[in-house]
Amino acid sequence: MKRTQTLSEISPPPRLRQLFQHGDMPWQIMLVLVSILVLVLMLAIGWMLWQTSVDARSAFGWSFLAPTADASWDPVNDQFQAWPFIYGTLLTSLAAIVLAVPISLGIAIFLAELCPAWLRTPLNWLVELLAAIPSVVYGLWGLFVFLPTVVAPLGAGLATLFEPIPLLGALFTGPIPLSGASRLGAALILTVMIIPTIAAVSRDVLLAIPPAQREASLALGSTEWETIWQVLIPYGLSGILGAIILGLGRALGETMAVTMVIGNSIESSASLLKPGYTMASIIANEFAEAVTKLHSQALIEVGLALFVMTLLLNMLARFLVWRVARKTPQEARV
Amino acid sequence: MSTNFSELIKTGYQTRSTRRKSINVLMLSLTALATLLALIPLFWIVGYVIYMGAPSINLDFFTQLPRPVGMEGGGVLHAIQGTLIVTVLAGLFAVPPGVLAAFYASRYPNTPLGIALRFSTDVLSGVPSIVIGLFTYALMVKPMGHYSGLAGGVALAILMLPTIIRTTEEMLKLVPHSLREGSLGLGAPEWKTSLSVLFPAAFSGIVTGFLLALARAMGETAPLLFTALGNERYNVNQIVTSGLQGKQSAFQILQRVLDQPLDSLPLTLWKYASQPYPERVAQAWGVALVLMIFVLFVNIIARVWIESRARKLRG
Repeated sequence: MKRTQTLSEISPPPRLRQLFQHGDMPWQIMLVLVSILVLVLMLAIGWMLWQTSVDARSAFGWSFLAPTADASWDPVNDQFQAWPFIYGTLLTSLAAIVLAVPISLGIAIFLAELCPAWLRTPLNWLVELLAAIPSVVYGLWGLFVFLPTVVAPLGAGLATLFEPIPLLGALFTGPIPLSGASRLGAALILTVMIIPTIAAVSRDVLLAIPPAQREASLALGSTEWETIWQVLIPYGLSGILGAIILGLGRALGETMAVTMVIGNSIESSASLLKPGYTMASIIANEFAEAVTKLHSQALIEVGLALFVMTLLLNMLARFLVWRVARKTPQEARV
Repeated sequence: MSTNFSELIKTGYQTRSTRRKSINVLMLSLTALATLLALIPLFWIVGYVIYMGAPSINLDFFTQLPRPVGMEGGGVLHAIQGTLIVTVLAGLFAVPPGVLAAFYASRYPNTPLGIALRFSTDVLSGVPSIVIGLFTYALMVKPMGHYSGLAGGVALAILMLPTIIRTTEEMLKLVPHSLREGSLGLGAPEWKTSLSVLFPAAFSGIVTGFLLALARAMGETAPLLFTALGNERYNVNQIVTSGLQGKQSAFQILQRVLDQPLDSLPLTLWKYASQPYPERVAQAWGVALVLMIFVLFVNIIARVWIESRARKLRG
C-alpha cells in the first residue's frame, strides 16, 4: 500500500503520461504545426499579393496583362498596362535559355560522363561558385565591364548581320545604345547566371541513370557520344527538361543584375538590341517611389503575375525531375 | 564479284566508322569547351572585382560612416552593421522552424503533409526574391507604417527557409537508421531520440546548410529594397551610447536598433553603383569585393565541411 503511494508520487498520473505519450504528442503537434506553417507561408504569399493589388485588378482587368502594341505606363494619369515588362521578361529569359541550354548540357555531360575523377570535385565547385556570386556583383561587373567590352560590339555586329532578314530582323533592330545597356545585355548576364542551375540539375539527372544503360549501348558498338546522345539524353529527357524549366524560373525572377544592365526604359520596339524593362526590374526601380496608390498596386500586380508564372513553372519542373527519380530503381542509383 | 562486294562494304564501313569516331571526338571536346566557356565569366568577375575593389579597401572602409557625396574617404560601417543585423535576425527567424520542418519531412516523407511540405519547400525556393520583398512589404511594412530592419530580417528569413529545410532534411536522412532504432529500443521517446541522438549526429551538416543559406541571404538585395530600404545615417554605436546615457532598457535600445530603416552591403553597392560620383563607384567596387570574398569564403568552407561529413556518415 505504502509502496504504490510513493510510486504515484514520483511519476505523474499515468493517464496524463499516456495522453502525452511520454512527451511525444506535444513534439508531434509542434512538428505538424511548423510544417503547416511552411505550407501556409507559400499560400500566404499568393493571397497577400492578390489582396493588396485589389484596386489595380478591378481598375484594369485582364487588359493589364494583355499584349498590346502601345501599352501605357503612366503614373501621372494612373494608366497602367504591364505588357512591355512581360514581353521584356519573356524575351530576355527565353534568349538566355536558348544560349544556356547547349552550354549547360555540355557541362553536365562533361562532369557526369567524361571528366577524370581528380578534376570532378574542383570543377563541380567552380560551377557552383558561379551560382554563389551575389546578383548585385554580377550587375556591377555587367554594367562597367561586360556591357561596353562585349555587349556593345556584339550588338552592333548582330544588327548588321540580321537586321535585313525579314521576320528575324524585328528582333535585331539596331542601333544598340553606345553604353550597351539593352535586353541583349540582360539576356547574356542571365545566361551566365542560370548555367550553374541547369548544369547541376542535369548532371544529377545523368548520374542517376543506371550504368547498365551505358554498358549495353557501348557493348552494342556505339561510340561514347552516341551513347550519350541516343541513350542517356532520351532516358533522362524529362529530368533535363525539368532542369531547363528550373533555369527558366531563375531567369524570370532575377532582379538586381538585370535591373543594372537592361537600361530601364519603356520601349515599344520588339528588338533585343534596345533597352527595356523586365517585370522584376520595374518593381525594383519604381516600387519604393510609387507615386499613387494605384501605381504601387499595379506594381504589386506585376509581382503577382511573376509569382504565378514562377509557381507554375516550378511545379512543372519538380514534377518532371521527380518522374525521372521514380523511374530509376533505388539500388541502381548507387 | 564477291570480293569486290565485301571490299565495298569494308570501305563503306571504314568511312562510316571514321566519321562516327570523329563526330565522337568533336562532340566530346565541345563539352569540355563548354565547361571552359562557363568558367571564363567566373574568373573574369572575380579577377576584375579584386582588381577594382582592392584599392578602396582600407581601415576607414570598415570603421567609418559614409561622408557626404563628393567627399573622399569615409567607409561603409553602417552597411556592415546593417548586414550583420538583418542576417542574424533572418537566422533567428528561419532556423527553428526550418529545423523542425526538416525533422517532419525526414521522419514522415510519405504522409500527405510530408509530401505537401517537401513540395512547397521546393516551390518556395523558386519564388523570386523580389516577390518575397513585395510580400514582406505587404505583411509588415504596410501595417507598421514604416520601413525597418526587422522587416528586412523577416524577408531574408523567408528566403533562407527552403534552403535550411532542404539541407537539414538531407543531413538527417544520412544519419544511420541503427542510431535511431538503438535509441528507441532503449526506451527513449521519439522527441528525445530526435533531439539528443539525431540532431547531434546531423549537427555539423545542419550548421553547414545554415551557413550556405546565410551566404545566399547576405548577398541578396531585392528582398531588402522595400523592407530595410537603406539608411546612410544608420549608426548602431550612437544609438547604443545615447540609449545607455538615457538609461533606456536593453529592450528599448534593441527596438531603436531594429525599428528603423537600415542599409546592407548589397543595398549600398546597388545605390553607389548608379551614382555619378567616381569615389562612390570606387567604394561600390570595394563593397563588391568584401561581399564576394565573404560569400565565396563561406561557400568553400561549407562545401569542404559537407563533403567530409557526408563521407564520414556514409562510412
